[in-house]
Amino acid sequence: MADEKIVDARRLLCPMPVIRLQQTIARLAPGDEVDLLSTDPGSRRDVPAWCRVHGHELLSCEEREDGVIVTRVRVTDR
Amino acid sequence: MTKQRKAIALISGGLDSMLAARAVMEQGIRVEGINFFTGFCVEGHTHAIRKQDQRKQKRNSALWVAEQLDIPLHIVDIVEDYKDVLLNPRHGYGANLNPCLDCKVFMVDRARQWAEEHDFDFIVTGEVVGQRPKSQRKETMPLIAAESGADDRLLRPLCAKLLPPTLAEREGWVDRQRLYDFSGRSRKPQMALAAEFGFDEYSQPAGGCCFLTDANYAVKLQDMWDHRPSRDYELDDIMLLKVGRHLRPKPGFKLIVSREEGENNFLMGYRKQFVHLFCTSHPGPLVLVDGELPREDEELAARIVTRFGKSRDTARAEVELVRPGEPPRLLNVASMCAADVPQSWYL
Repeated sequence: MADEKIVDARRLLCPMPVIRLQQTIARLAPGDEVDLLSTDPGSRRDVPAWCRVHGHELLSCEEREDGVIVTRVRVTDR
Repeated sequence: MTKQRKAIALISGGLDSMLAARAVMEQGIRVEGINFFTGFCVEGHTHAIRKQDQRKQKRNSALWVAEQLDIPLHIVDIVEDYKDVLLNPRHGYGANLNPCLDCKVFMVDRARQWAEEHDFDFIVTGEVVGQRPKSQRKETMPLIAAESGADDRLLRPLCAKLLPPTLAEREGWVDRQRLYDFSGRSRKPQMALAAEFGFDEYSQPAGGCCFLTDANYAVKLQDMWDHRPSRDYELDDIMLLKVGRHLRPKPGFKLIVSREEGENNFLMGYRKQFVHLFCTSHPGPLVLVDGELPREDEELAARIVTRFGKSRDTARAEVELVRPGEPPRLLNVASMCAADVPQSWYL
């Protein structure tokens, strides 16, 4: 079963949410899934872009009612 | 079978590093990008904070460049290690508090370390001889290569023909004849090469990509250093210098006044760490106090708060003052108008 992680990058400005996600994913295995919590609107664009250039799978990106953006990523072996 | 050679390219998000990376990709080199976050990067920060800027489309230029090049980009947090570069630059500062030459040496050194750890063969930068007065001069090119430890593993594709051949050229990993001889501050050769590569959109930041080159920012940073026992800083310190109006009415403390809703929201995140004030009788900004606010100066601070809200047009106003760990207190003070606040207080 895939290991699930949460990266809390709330209040951090870009590119810190991407850096935190990158640091976490470096320790994960292919197939693992990670949820990134962020509040900087720029992360809605930066995180998908980072996933694209690294080949990781963006599963969802949604903003909650409290303004927190939750981005779910599945790690690939690329 | 010929070994696939690999290069790590410093990607700033600007045109030159984009072209440099592409130039070696054209020669069959596998390229990955590396981008460093110092905390002083202009990239998106103030845009993310200020509400008026949040309507604009924001993007991380380095990531965008990586997408155009279709290469992985490694963004590296160097906030802690960068302090020594900024506080003790061996080669001094530029026009403001920008240690550009030391910064370049540091980043190439970090890229060299990354290349060694990941078995990459050489390092690529978008430097052009004569483009920058401090860091990109003919004399500084060998200095950067030597002090970073990269030596001849550092290739500058855009001006390689003006410099001695590097390892990648001597070994035939790249063909020197297919590299370039750009020099000086003209952007025309880069724009022509961009067109040749099919790049019709690229970032050309007018004010540079680092707050340390910004005169207004440098004034606030120098003021912070002048009024603290140590020049050491935390990421929050340098982020707060990017936000709001900064006023220093007394040597021991300064006020950070939000200018609009977005900044107000951003400063709200810091209110539990700082003495802070806001007007309760009239609409107005959140104000953080950086430093030690003596009890006898509380009224002065509260009066300054009234200057930046609707209360400035009234005789008196009520201001709430909160010291962390203490109950909030209401201060009834005489309002200040613009003329009551000396220009010398503004940083």
